[in-house]
Amino acid sequence: MCALCGVLGGGDHWTDPIGRDGVYVRAADASQRRRERLRRVLEANAMLGLFGLSLEDWQGSSYILRSRTGKTEMVDQLAALWLAAEKMTGRPIDPLDIGVLMQRERSNG
Amino acid sequence: MADVAVNAIPDFTPVNLITGFLGSGKTTLLKRILRSPLLADTAVLINEFGEVGLDHELLERIDDTMVLLQSGCLCCTIRGELSLAIRDLNDRRARGAIPPFRRLMIESTGLADPLPILTTVTADPVLRHHFRLGLVVTTVDAVNGMDQLDRQPESLKQAVVADRLALTKTDLVTPEVAQMLAARLHRLNPTAPIHRPAEEDLDPAALFGNDLFDVESKSAEVQRWFETEERALDQARHGHRHDPNRHGADIEAFALTFERPIDWTAFGLWLSMLLNRHGERILRVKGILAIEGEAAPVAVHGVQHLVHAPIHMARWPGDDRRTRIVFICKGLDAEAIRRSFAAFVLKTPA
Repeated sequence: MCALCGVLGGGDHWTDPIGRDGVYVRAADASQRRRERLRRVLEANAMLGLFGLSLEDWQGSSYILRSRTGKTEMVDQLAALWLAAEKMTGRPIDPLDIGVLMQRERSNG
Repeated sequence: MADVAVNAIPDFTPVNLITGFLGSGKTTLLKRILRSPLLADTAVLINEFGEVGLDHELLERIDDTMVLLQSGCLCCTIRGELSLAIRDLNDRRARGAIPPFRRLMIESTGLADPLPILTTVTADPVLRHHFRLGLVVTTVDAVNGMDQLDRQPESLKQAVVADRLALTKTDLVTPEVAQMLAARLHRLNPTAPIHRPAEEDLDPAALFGNDLFDVESKSAEVQRWFETEERALDQARHGHRHDPNRHGADIEAFALTFERPIDWTAFGLWLSMLLNRHGERILRVKGILAIEGEAAPVAVHGVQHLVHAPIHMARWPGDDRRTRIVFICKGLDAEAIRRSFAAFVLKTPA
């Protein structure tokens, strides 16, 4: 439920919380969960691509983060995703960085 | 009777935090509100037994030990002793060894950073299935509060994370001094109502009860998040300068508004990425979001690296159906965040 931790689609990230009254649950059943997981991979790749990285699903339980230079790392949490991405690239993954923003805006174009 | 008692336990027991600097009147406030019938079935955890004696049926003490979970991120700092104390209360409640409390109140030490207390409830693998965060109430002493805000980073942080502020000891200062401090607190944390316990009959429901999980009040709570900043922005539009440094210590609150419904998945990834890099400087974020494919809005709110479970509102709180997000940041540029949101979430081209 924290901003950084929790398995992607695993039910304990804040975007995918434990279901209870009043709480917004995006993926209520297994098939929705799988769909949402695929969407997350797609969206994550659009963001990670700006840093020369990519993500793929690994057996519906974890993810594999890859760099263009062939480095790989298993990640199973959003925390691990962004922290691992920074470690792999050796630079901050900063969505406020002007260069990153311009690149993203061009790719939206 | 036993069945009634078991049924009385909420699925997710709300956890309230009372924080505030040393000597700011936390225990006095606690003692006063615990007399209320509304809080009769409340368990209380305190760090230290202070000068103000508390006489409460379910009162336990906790000691300090911090545990950092394996992931290593700040938002998963678990206060081990607090986790154990709450788990123990939960076990004893389940066994019927103690009364079936329906609310848990934690009084922190005056020097405590409130964030690890909050993250203990949300990140602990056991607790997060039985408890949820309720409102955070911060006491600020009218006599010493201004000085503490100037000199003590903990005091500033305690004020900023509050959902409700209690300006205490206002009977010991002039109305002007109290008002000056109230104005500063309001600038620091514009979404938190300020109560004055020395001058008013305290309503425990207003302090601790009407949170986002309260069906009756959540709409009004979300509406209130935006009113203050919108008033300030209106003033700016009408010629009064909207001073970016009006919060002092380069803390700035600003509201962003977006016309189009947003992609929830992209938003989740973007906010996680933003908080990963800048969570220390994003003191609060509160938003009401128009989500693609959803008729009703979703409310999100967070403190630094911690984001609470998103709340699905029953309806929009007013006529304005745009996505609105209030940020309280330290040294971050509002325009950069707006542009980043547009690029990553709305996918706006150059």
